[in-house]
Amino acid sequence: MNEELLFDALGPKARARLRTASIVSAVGVGGVLAAMLAQLGHLGQLDAERWAILVDGVYLRFLLDGLWVTLLIGLVATAISASVGVLLALGRLSARRWVSLPTAAAIEFCRAMPLLLILFFAMFGLPMLGVRLPMFWQLVLAIVVHAGAIFAEIVRAGILAIGRGQREAGQAIGLRQGQVMRYVVLPQALRALTPALVGQMVRVIKESSLGYVVGIAELLHSGQVLGDFTGYFIQAYVGVGVIYIVVNIALSRLAERLAERRGPTGGTVRPPRVLERV
Amino acid sequence: MSALFEHGDELWSGFVTTILLTLCAYPLALVLGAVLAVCRISPVGPLRVAARLYVDVVRNAPLLLILVMIVFALPDAGLLISLFWSLVLGLGCYSAAYVCETIRSGIRAVDRGQVEAARAIGLPFRRVVTDLLLPQALRAMVQPLGTILINTALGSALGAAVGVSELTSETRTFNLESAEPVAAFLTAAVGYLAINLAVGLGTRLLERRVRMRR
Repeated sequence: MNEELLFDALGPKARARLRTASIVSAVGVGGVLAAMLAQLGHLGQLDAERWAILVDGVYLRFLLDGLWVTLLIGLVATAISASVGVLLALGRLSARRWVSLPTAAAIEFCRAMPLLLILFFAMFGLPMLGVRLPMFWQLVLAIVVHAGAIFAEIVRAGILAIGRGQREAGQAIGLRQGQVMRYVVLPQALRALTPALVGQMVRVIKESSLGYVVGIAELLHSGQVLGDFTGYFIQAYVGVGVIYIVVNIALSRLAERLAERRGPTGGTVRPPRVLERV
Repeated sequence: MSALFEHGDELWSGFVTTILLTLCAYPLALVLGAVLAVCRISPVGPLRVAARLYVDVVRNAPLLLILVMIVFALPDAGLLISLFWSLVLGLGCYSAAYVCETIRSGIRAVDRGQVEAARAIGLPFRRVVTDLLLPQALRAMVQPLGTILINTALGSALGAAVGVSELTSETRTFNLESAEPVAAFLTAAVGYLAINLAVGLGTRLLERRVRMRR
């Protein structure tokens, strides 16, 4: 719904009032920012040498190495959690109750747990039970348990959104239950879910910052090490924050572009390939 | 299992801290989120830009980064707050961005034809908002706001990473002391499950209470 729909086009009086409000609020927002900067400047946090660590080749290289690990965790964990998510969704939708009930319980359980608790279990609990994983996989395992359950729900919604006509058409031409899922429903659902998958990656990249707790040299941990080393915490964390935000906004844009390409129907109805090429 | 009874008090106080954190951070998120949403849909340009920037920045930064900044970097900027309130501040500011987006999509969910109809019969702006827009938008927001409440509770677990003794942190300590990982983590799991179920039940009841009869 458009906000413009709520009221008539503004008259001269209201326009003048709006202009005043704009100027006042601009001064207000600017004033708050200025006060924050003044406070930082007062404490010497704006000194050029402090911010220079963010353009220094060696330090920057160090942060970018951290970004590389973050992206690696993001890719690996997204790939695994997406596959696990599809399997769990299929399990939950299964017609056999001895499959669907336990799967549903597992999904709900994992979704209800904080990621850090799962991570602590992987870090401190599993070794006591005799399972020792490298740190990287401890983190990936925790993220997959958590994100996989969330993705399962997204996939399930995607599968349920495929019109029942598709399913019935599949059955009408003599496909078995599994074949209908495999050849008719899943391909459409998964294609429509591509933007959600990219969105999932943004989430996983944010969650990979828990590498800070495990001690993996991902982006946030690198920022902390840089802050420790130089003593300039604010600058190091601001730099890290900017990198996270740029990467994640780029990924979100990608997701939006993918979503647009599917058109307004959300990809549930698409012309067959042959027609597309013409 | 006997260790559970010995250290039960610590786990319980951790659970209480988790609840307290959530109960302090969530209202902050609601208020800040509502203000942000009003700014974002207001016709005043600078406010719209500022709110949009806030939401974009916060939604794309990891919660842990925000918490670490508040706990370890803000003191360098001359702002000293206790650990508990640092965590509340971070959680509140983080969830506020999601509250803002929920409110916006709740308003967008209202059928535009209804607004056109209301204006066509001459309802003034204020009554369009209070009698038509808000009642429907608020109903659509019950479920997502409940989800945000749950996420705030789950997010408070990150307190363990910055030194607040809430449920997750107490569980780690308990596990290390008792060397009974299954008992330790299952107990914590029960705590978080209880929060989830309570909020889920609450939203469902609320949704049924406010459901519109057509």
